[in-house]
Amino acid sequence: MSNTIGRIASARPARRAHPERRHRNLRRRGFANTAVALAILAVLLFPLYWMINISLQPSRDLLRIPPELFPFDATLHAYGNALSAEGHALLVSLVISVGTAALSLVIAIPTAFAMAQLRLRLSRPILFALLVAQLVPSIIMANALFKIMAKFDLLNTVLALILADSTLAVPFAVLILRAFMISVPRELVESAYVDGATRLRTLRSIVVPVSRNAIITAGLFSFLFAWGDFLFGLTLTTTHAVTPITVGLYSFIGAYATDWNGVMATGVLASIPAAVLLVVAQRYVAAGVTGGAVKE
Amino acid sequence: MKFGFILPVVVYVLAFFVYPLVQNIVMSFENFTATSFYTGRAPFVGFGNYSAVFQSPQFANAVEVTAIFVVASIFFQFTIGLALAVFFSRHFPLNALLRSLLLVPWLLPLVVSATVFRWIFNAENGVLDQLLQSLHVTSQPIYWLVNPSWALVAVIIVNIWVGIPFNMVILYGGLQGIPVSLLEAASLDGANAWQRFRHVSLPLLKPVTTVVLTLGLIYTIKVFDVIMVVTQGGPANATQTLTIWAYNLSFINFAFGQGAAVGNLLIIVALVFGVVYIRSTRFVRDGAVSL
Repeated sequence: MSNTIGRIASARPARRAHPERRHRNLRRRGFANTAVALAILAVLLFPLYWMINISLQPSRDLLRIPPELFPFDATLHAYGNALSAEGHALLVSLVISVGTAALSLVIAIPTAFAMAQLRLRLSRPILFALLVAQLVPSIIMANALFKIMAKFDLLNTVLALILADSTLAVPFAVLILRAFMISVPRELVESAYVDGATRLRTLRSIVVPVSRNAIITAGLFSFLFAWGDFLFGLTLTTTHAVTPITVGLYSFIGAYATDWNGVMATGVLASIPAAVLLVVAQRYVAAGVTGGAVKE
Repeated sequence: MKFGFILPVVVYVLAFFVYPLVQNIVMSFENFTATSFYTGRAPFVGFGNYSAVFQSPQFANAVEVTAIFVVASIFFQFTIGLALAVFFSRHFPLNALLRSLLLVPWLLPLVVSATVFRWIFNAENGVLDQLLQSLHVTSQPIYWLVNPSWALVAVIIVNIWVGIPFNMVILYGGLQGIPVSLLEAASLDGANAWQRFRHVSLPLLKPVTTVVLTLGLIYTIKVFDVIMVVTQGGPANATQTLTIWAYNLSFINFAFGQGAAVGNLLIIVALVFGVVYIRSTRFVRDGAVSL
């Protein structure tokens, strides 16, 4: 009721524009907002533009003052250098990331299913343990894992990095899959039992297919976590045999201090998975970023 | 039988979280050095590592740097993220596309972003010093990464840049959850845009704000990649946070026991904020944590 009074009180005649004009005003304001948004985007994405710009410039242009704002003499020369120096590291990262995603899903899918659909007393303690696990700073994990991997003679192996990177991915994968599998109707699961299916069979033929999107999201993010890992790569490897691309890029800066176009080209190559995922799997990415964080 | 589904994760948590954390506590009471790896021996030293850490002149410095880094990063990440979230709540052409492009910085490996910034801040050919001079903001280069006080500002800027998308996305989601009817009612009652934001949106956003801020704290304390790539904790320890110090102690000085001690201090801080976070998650679904 008070709303009606408020409306009458605030109804200033000047606001009551002609409907058509009002529509035109709104549209103009819409485009003004788009222009502002583009400007914001330009500022925030400038570093990425700069990376691509530098990666395409020939070495002699890098020393120019002021720097070239656009790669006028664009060349792919730096990419050749980057690939020959860091191609192996890219491959290592690919193997580690795929391995991490696979391991994380193998652990997370049955766990999430059990936590979401089977009444287990252990569910709550495990949920709590995983929430706490995500809070542990990686430097602590690196410190302890270095000792543990040394003990089991696993330093400088792909396996050590897969296991270490999985500590970044498993809690996230379990939590996101559990959040999804809770919404799978109990009746659907129970009707499978009634039909005589075992729990494993139900998971495989009912829950996994229904949860496909969530599984893809969990897998993609596990991949990205492993791909982006730097700390474990830096600490658990001491030779160049299994250097992931992040560590490769880091040592590239030190080794070729002046070769910044090569460094930037390596950066572009290291960004490809994220870029591909953003284009190919945009809706999964959006789901993963919010992680179902905010209740709708 | 049911237990079979959960067995892998139980083994996993024990092997990859409990065991390392216990190892780290054990190490923090031992004189664990590089030779310990060969001899297998690390003498028990009680609280020796902890007192060495507390007595080190680097301790106060690391605490101060960490505090400045965390507070400044979070303040700006949050305010800029919130401003962007409010802005993108408007309806305009290309909104969804531009919003998803803003996520790109968040998806890139941190090492890549940090590397680019290192070149942007570079003294000789860095584009930022060039830009500031050509705009006559400064008359000579700042030498961002060489000057101790500006180096800290530089790593904070990079970290803010990295954190904006996360803050924006979560706060945007929170804003979308505010019933339009409430905002309309306020507007009919004569509230202007600022009043609507201040007295309707902001109070209703509080649960989301709590989550974003506590998660922000937890992540920012952990930050390693950005600082390591941009400054390595230098110049003259000006950007050496507790995390970087723990790394340096263990993996540069090979004083693993002291590194473990600093790490355990960090874990206490993280867990305190973690409790706040977990208590506030009743407003929020799980899964948000590892962003």
